[in-house]
Amino acid sequence: MQTSFYVAHGRFRGIFSWILSTDHKRIGLLYLCSILSFFIVGVTLGLLMRLELFAPGRTIMDAQTYNALFSLHGIVMIFLFIIPAINASFGNFFLPLQIGARDVAFPRINLLSWYFYITAGILAISTLFAPGGPPDAGWTFYTPYSIITTTSVSLAAFAAFVVGFSSILTGLNFITTIHRLRAPGMTWFRMPLFVWSVYATSWVQILATPVLAIVMLLLIFERMFGVGFFDPAKGGDPLMFQHLFWIYSHPAVYVMILPAMGVISDIIPVFSRRTIFGYKAIAFSSMTIAGVGYVVWGHHMFASGMSETARWLFSFLTFIVAIPSGIKVFNWVATLYRGSIILGTPLLYSLSFIFLFSIGGLTGLMNAAVATNLHIHDTYFIVAHFHYVMFGGAGFAFFAALHYWYPKITGRLYDETTARVAWLIVFIGFNVLYFPMFILGWQGMPRRYFDYPLEFTNAHMISTIGSWILATGIVIMFVNLVLSAARGRNAGNNPWGGATLEWQVSSPPPAHNFEEIPQISKGPYDFN
Amino acid sequence: MEAERTEHLNQEQQRDYTGSKMGMWLFLYTEFLLFGGLFLLYSVYRTRYVEQFHTAAATLDTVLGAVNTVVLITSSLTMAVSVSAIRKGDRKLSVSALFLTILFGCGFLVIKFFEWKAKIAHGLFPGALEMFELPQGEVIFYSLYYVITGMHGLHVLVGVVVLLGMLTLLMRKKINEKDFIKLENTGLYWHLVDIVWIYLFPFFYLLT
Repeated sequence: MQTSFYVAHGRFRGIFSWILSTDHKRIGLLYLCSILSFFIVGVTLGLLMRLELFAPGRTIMDAQTYNALFSLHGIVMIFLFIIPAINASFGNFFLPLQIGARDVAFPRINLLSWYFYITAGILAISTLFAPGGPPDAGWTFYTPYSIITTTSVSLAAFAAFVVGFSSILTGLNFITTIHRLRAPGMTWFRMPLFVWSVYATSWVQILATPVLAIVMLLLIFERMFGVGFFDPAKGGDPLMFQHLFWIYSHPAVYVMILPAMGVISDIIPVFSRRTIFGYKAIAFSSMTIAGVGYVVWGHHMFASGMSETARWLFSFLTFIVAIPSGIKVFNWVATLYRGSIILGTPLLYSLSFIFLFSIGGLTGLMNAAVATNLHIHDTYFIVAHFHYVMFGGAGFAFFAALHYWYPKITGRLYDETTARVAWLIVFIGFNVLYFPMFILGWQGMPRRYFDYPLEFTNAHMISTIGSWILATGIVIMFVNLVLSAARGRNAGNNPWGGATLEWQVSSPPPAHNFEEIPQISKGPYDFN
Repeated sequence: MEAERTEHLNQEQQRDYTGSKMGMWLFLYTEFLLFGGLFLLYSVYRTRYVEQFHTAAATLDTVLGAVNTVVLITSSLTMAVSVSAIRKGDRKLSVSALFLTILFGCGFLVIKFFEWKAKIAHGLFPGALEMFELPQGEVIFYSLYYVITGMHGLHVLVGVVVLLGMLTLLMRKKINEKDFIKLENTGLYWHLVDIVWIYLFPFFYLLT
């Protein structure tokens, strides 16, 4: 067995062997730890919000605090957790391993991107203590309110600006890596599907993030100098803010979901011992989602005012996105068909991903239809929908990835029984928490309100209880993973019998990944 | 197959020229999109306030704008000369051309400074009292003028700083005829800054 990358610390020692390391595996783990920390912050904020909504009227906080909580919950969960969750952490750790490279194309830029990320994180959290109080304009920063509020919106917008750099640098690094550093024989169609999804994601990051950067800067200029682009009093138009914001922020949801789909495409063949069904279809559908996803942003603005032509066009294009997503779901199910299925924890999370993502996706189609959209716009239906795709989709895939690659990262096995129990609690808690929101929204409960009429009490109460169940499950999962890192059984190099390259090196991988760059002669899901 | 393998190892252990360039082009692409957001605002408001954009644009100093255009295009020429010279191993020419580029870059910023100063002296800047008496379209025009030329100026400034770094690398022979990708990439960035200005000049100064 070779010396693992934990032992080979490079030029520096102690903490510096991590925060000054250019090893993609160490940077991946830096990302993973910081992402998990922000996830815990986001979960805590969410739990507090649910606690407030346990009963009508003021329960534990006033309306202003609630506004700050939902804004920060959104900013932390979207910019600091779910966007980099799989791509920056597992992408960094496993992309070079999966294509047979020793590192990414630009290792120092890779480290720089983590510094941008962590700076943004610190800035975002510091808004809690900034003069004026935490931002209360929501994670979408809609003008004109975001211009006139005295809370620290500028600081939060600056955090979003900075995290954009991290995203762009990761994106261009990964694209160059995939183009330039594939091992000999690793043709485009021998790449694992996770790599394909990371590739598509990286393109979206490069295509969309600069627009967010400029719109956040303009918002700050608007607040500092009163430039007036988004201020009707000065001849500007708030709708322009919404357009520019969603030109980034809609493609951003594909930054969140595409790597998740890649993880699922890697796990399902391994746990059903069959080669993936429709490899090329899945690979191309990733690229299609990345392409079409770029031109559907207008569906966030059906109620804001746009021409009839724009409405049906954006609605139509949004329906189109369902096709590549459907292609993936059917191919995953077809892969499972007649496989010899091993119901391990990664597969349990993957299967629940398919189930929850389908609910989220189909309710997404309901939102895509203009007439329905106008009815449920800005209600809990939307809240339920995007939590089903983002948490039920990307979040569950993140947990799946966490369990699937855990033995490779730590060299040990987690406790399978505890992991399955945790999965069951998380799955039940998730549905109890978010499903009532569909009903609430359909009945007319608007989002972002800290109070509600009496008739909504039961559903809100069930939802809040669900949040406790979900949190319990997450705690059990994390405790299991942390304890197993010290006490778990030795995993061996390839506990799941995976055929992709990362399973062919020792666990944890050696510092330079491959003693000799492998020669690739078969596909990633060839188990014979 | 063996040749492919060796090439692969070369890419990893040594400098990957194509890879570096690819990364730079991707970065330039994001820069275009950054300015793209601003051009989008420009085009929307230009369509909305045709007359007022016309009036406001007439107040800009076309002569200074034209001089700046010439200065920046010439700096792109000297930049290209610098890259070509080091490829052929002519360090002396490369250094002096790069020095000229930096000089032109600074010249551009100085002219820009006086242009802004004159406008600000007339009370034409976002938030000024005089601005409230102007029609809304003109206010938006001046805001766009400051934000877009400001963002561009910031890019020139960053460019000058990077060029200074390149100059030291060049003089310490860290950039030579075998390894000139840093200088070449800086050149690409400098041309981007130039191209953006080539659009800004007609948009703000000529379309009156």
